[in-house]
Amino acid sequence: MSIYLDFEEPIKALEEQIAKAKEIGQEAELDMTDKIKALEKKLSEKTTEIFSNLTPWQRVQLSRHPDRPYTLAYINAISQGTFQELHGDRSVKDDKAMVGGFGSLDGQTVMFIGQQKGMNTKMRQYRNFGMPNPEGYRKALRLMKLAEKFNKPIVTFIDTPGAFPGLEAEERGQGEAIARNIYEMMGLKVPVICIIIGEGASGGALGIGVGDKVLMLENTWYSVISPESCSSILWRSWDFKEKAAEALKLTSEDMKKLKLVDGVIKEPAMGAHRNPEEAFSIVKSEIKKHINALSKIDAEKRCEARIEKFCKMGVVK
Amino acid sequence: MGWFKRKTEGITTSTKDKKETPEGLWYKCPKCKTVVTTEDHEKNGYVCERCSYHERIGSEEYFQMIFDEGKYKEFDAKLASADPLKFEDTKKYVDRVKATQSQTGLVDAIRTAHGKIDGQDLVIAAMDFAFIGGSLGSVMGEKIARAIDQAIKLKCPFMIISKSGGARMMEAGLSLMQMAKTSAKLNQLSAAQLPYISFLTDPTTGGVTASFAMLGDINIAEPEALIAFAGPRVVKETIGRDLPDGFQKSEFVLEHGFLDYIVERSKLKEELSKSIKLFMN
Ligand SMILES: [Zn+2]
Repeated sequence: MSIYLDFEEPIKALEEQIAKAKEIGQEAELDMTDKIKALEKKLSEKTTEIFSNLTPWQRVQLSRHPDRPYTLAYINAISQGTFQELHGDRSVKDDKAMVGGFGSLDGQTVMFIGQQKGMNTKMRQYRNFGMPNPEGYRKALRLMKLAEKFNKPIVTFIDTPGAFPGLEAEERGQGEAIARNIYEMMGLKVPVICIIIGEGASGGALGIGVGDKVLMLENTWYSVISPESCSSILWRSWDFKEKAAEALKLTSEDMKKLKLVDGVIKEPAMGAHRNPEEAFSIVKSEIKKHINALSKIDAEKRCEARIEKFCKMGVVK
Repeated sequence: MGWFKRKTEGITTSTKDKKETPEGLWYKCPKCKTVVTTEDHEKNGYVCERCSYHERIGSEEYFQMIFDEGKYKEFDAKLASADPLKFEDTKKYVDRVKATQSQTGLVDAIRTAHGKIDGQDLVIAAMDFAFIGGSLGSVMGEKIARAIDQAIKLKCPFMIISKSGGARMMEAGLSLMQMAKTSAKLNQLSAAQLPYISFLTDPTTGGVTASFAMLGDINIAEPEALIAFAGPRVVKETIGRDLPDGFQKSEFVLEHGFLDYIVERSKLKEELSKSIKLFMN
């Protein structure tokens, strides 16, 4: 059973009607072909209508869809089971909200890193809802340095509602951990590709988000704050999340227009969760394309270009 | 005249100073309630003589305190915020900026300048909390970037005096990317082998802490400054209980290994000068 979002209700209704029609057809041995065809046409039109006019808030809802594939699903599919997870920051512990390790991308070893969310209540807690502690960022950096040492490209998958705002996180320097990653990622001598596959919330996302190519899946968001928190701070109420989502220009399309990300990756119809296999294959070919292009550039030049790109961001008068 | 020189212009006096001394004559310490004349308070570097409470001050006060004879050359003084997102919450962002500009006499939340400290060159970027909470937006990012270029040109150390609530929400993704931009520029400063001193003052939080403020070759702080990624209110909500005494204050952050030293305002110039001498000689 798929989970439908509020704005997908008309789709759900039509899908149910089609199922019903098929059932009746079978039970009563009636020819329902025309009826079903008409409904399917209506469904396809409705789907196109809804999905070609998504509001920013609806994109945010899709980015958080509970069926949406998370980081490890992408890594496992892309590396065809060759992924070997590596653990720990060598200092405090192993952060379950951040995963990483080498895997093979059609014969080329790649370092995969990303925030990991859980699929059910128990796993969501285990993964701390995809909110890393400082040791998560430090593990990520350790793995990036490892990749650099052995000249392997790095791919990060970003999907986090933010870095964890806990007491121990503060004690162990959450700010420093994120800052260090941003700083060090600028100078990595290997190609770095960052892909926002779900939520890209603020510093917690940017902490693994500095790359030669920063790409967003179509139905994701990336900004300095979540629409809910923005609403509560600027409107002093939780009720303006739709407005906040619009104001923040946080969709992949807007972020690309603002030149804050390098590209948007198309998702399967109705979102990555409706056809994960297709999503994995699209993402895989994007990664391959960019690794190939980036590998041809001299390491020094690639670093310079990365730094230059981020230096150009911002609008002043 | 005390060690702290009087300002020559009144326009940069923060509105906070004015508010706390309604008659313009007396200053009451919010911590120990001691009352002194504003003149004595200013002479003492806006530090309470009795309990050493460091009142928040702005860029001009720090420039006066640090640069020899209070002399400096300011960079990009007119650089102002644009509004490419046409951001609007309960107010339009452009109106908010305009109102803050006329209220504070400042153009944005940071000022950058070159001057001498005990005869040594130094470029400083200093924030003004009075301007939308010292928030990090495109202007702050660009001014820091250009100030780093100046330090590289002058082959001198660079210092940021942080006093900020974090990223400027009204610039959304643009403000987030200023964390990356400033860190990129610090890579260039580092390649030029020039020291970067990060001076954290009350408060330094959010995206500022999660970028350049924590990236100093040395990180130094004023006493009892709030230094945090997530602010105390958010952390308290997360853990559902009261926070320990002194949590996220400079002394706590020093104990946890993220600061090199804490310096009283009265010793700031002396210690800073010493650090720079040790780096540059
Ligand atoms: Zn006092």
